[in-house]
Amino acid sequence: MIRLTDVAKEYPRSGVALAQVSFEVKKGEFVYLTGPSGSGKTTILKLLYMDDKPSQGEVWINGVSSKTASGREISRLRRRIGIVFQDFRLLEDRTAEANIRFVLEVTGAPKATIRSKVARVLTQVGLASKATSFPRELSGGEQQRVAIARALINDPFVLIADEPTGNLDERATRGVFQLLRDINASGTAVIMATHDLDLVRRSNYRTIELNHGRVVFDSSESPASARPFDEPFEVRDTPSDSTERF
Amino acid sequence: MRSAREALTAARRAPLLSALGVVTIAFSLFAFGLFGLGAINIRKSLDQGEERVEVRAFVSDSTDIESVAAAMKDIGNFPEVARVDYVSQEKALERARKEMGEFADVFEAGVLPASIEVHLRPGMRSPAIVKSVADRMKTYQFIDDVRYGEEWVDKLYRMRTIATVAGIALGVAFAAVAVIIIGATIRMTVLARAKEISIMRLVGATDMFIRLPFLIDGLVKGVLGGLLALVFVWVANRVVNEYFIETIFFDRQMIFFGVLGGAMMGVLGSLVSVGRHLRRI
Repeated sequence: MIRLTDVAKEYPRSGVALAQVSFEVKKGEFVYLTGPSGSGKTTILKLLYMDDKPSQGEVWINGVSSKTASGREISRLRRRIGIVFQDFRLLEDRTAEANIRFVLEVTGAPKATIRSKVARVLTQVGLASKATSFPRELSGGEQQRVAIARALINDPFVLIADEPTGNLDERATRGVFQLLRDINASGTAVIMATHDLDLVRRSNYRTIELNHGRVVFDSSESPASARPFDEPFEVRDTPSDSTERF
Repeated sequence: MRSAREALTAARRAPLLSALGVVTIAFSLFAFGLFGLGAINIRKSLDQGEERVEVRAFVSDSTDIESVAAAMKDIGNFPEVARVDYVSQEKALERARKEMGEFADVFEAGVLPASIEVHLRPGMRSPAIVKSVADRMKTYQFIDDVRYGEEWVDKLYRMRTIATVAGIALGVAFAAVAVIIIGATIRMTVLARAKEISIMRLVGATDMFIRLPFLIDGLVKGVLGGLLALVFVWVANRVVNEYFIETIFFDRQMIFFGVLGGAMMGVLGSLVSVGRHLRRI
């Protein structure tokens, strides 16, 4: 479903962000991308939703290749991918419901479908009663739930989450994480970038660890004990992840 | 339809920004419109001056009227000539007395010669053409002299050339300024919605889907700005007419093309602003 083959990414100003990254993600899998800041987690996610193209190698996602994808193909692909960010990226001047509805309007869905789908996802993330609230009236955890609902509205085959709990307190983190587990249990693959080692340790999902833009550990290839996650990450202050453009 | 609704919703969400956009476009088009109004009035004055360009050939006293009539028919067939008139000695005297007023008594019958007056077609009044017509008229044996105010025609033609070149240069400059201002105004709208655009792209909106509401927004602002500018120019024209000099206003066709120009500038400004933004993100 998702395959990265010898992927490298280099930025003109900040240098090498990724080097020789290869891995596959199967349908319905839950994968953590871990590693210190600047290790290349966000870069990988951006390559997955084709916001950027690799300098070398190839990214395949749901039959679309980074080498040949046209603008229209990328748009179509993104309608099948759910994306969640640390900073939620909700439109402040719209209610929770309008923020979610917006996605379906973009894809030209009929009004009746929009109404029923929005109600369904709001219930799924536990925010049916907050449909008419504006983002500023919601807590951080609730805003992230709205963002997740927005990502789920098109029944994505994969949910890509970039540090979704990074701005949340522990209780909200637990709630959001449980929601992601539920989504995965219903068959949607989840790729989640995080440097929250406690979260990683508490669950038994596949973990890919990055450092200096390279995969240094993949739990699907090594025994679970090989990387016990009891060492803190080496913090590297490189700007490769800070090429964020949104 | 969806794009029009989207454009309307966006305008409702930021009414001040939208109003500011329309007013900015209106003022830039107002400057352009004032220039246009000045240009058409100057042109009208020059046209009026040109209408007075005529070639006058003085006829010998002994010439028989048949020869003059034949020559007039001949001259009337020149492609440059619009009209040919015969001014008899009596008519020349009457005119002179009328024009000279208090010196009317100075003139006596038979003092002034008869003449053939030739009026040229519009666009055929350049010094070279006027001289060519005059030279051809000189070839008739009974013509004593041909006059056409050579210096005056030269000056008028030079003024016309200067006015045309200056008009085109200033027109292009004013239009360029208007396009830049309109582009910057629409860029503000694009930047105000940058987050929305980035989210639209992430959830799979095509570039055309994102562009269309902005193009409609630009079109509407261009038309509204154009109409508002038209009102400003009309008021300015009324004030000038009332207190300074008599001027003409744009005709219907000019008004239509002016507003259409505003709309086109709005669309063009949107196209450039959104295109640049989409390439950047």
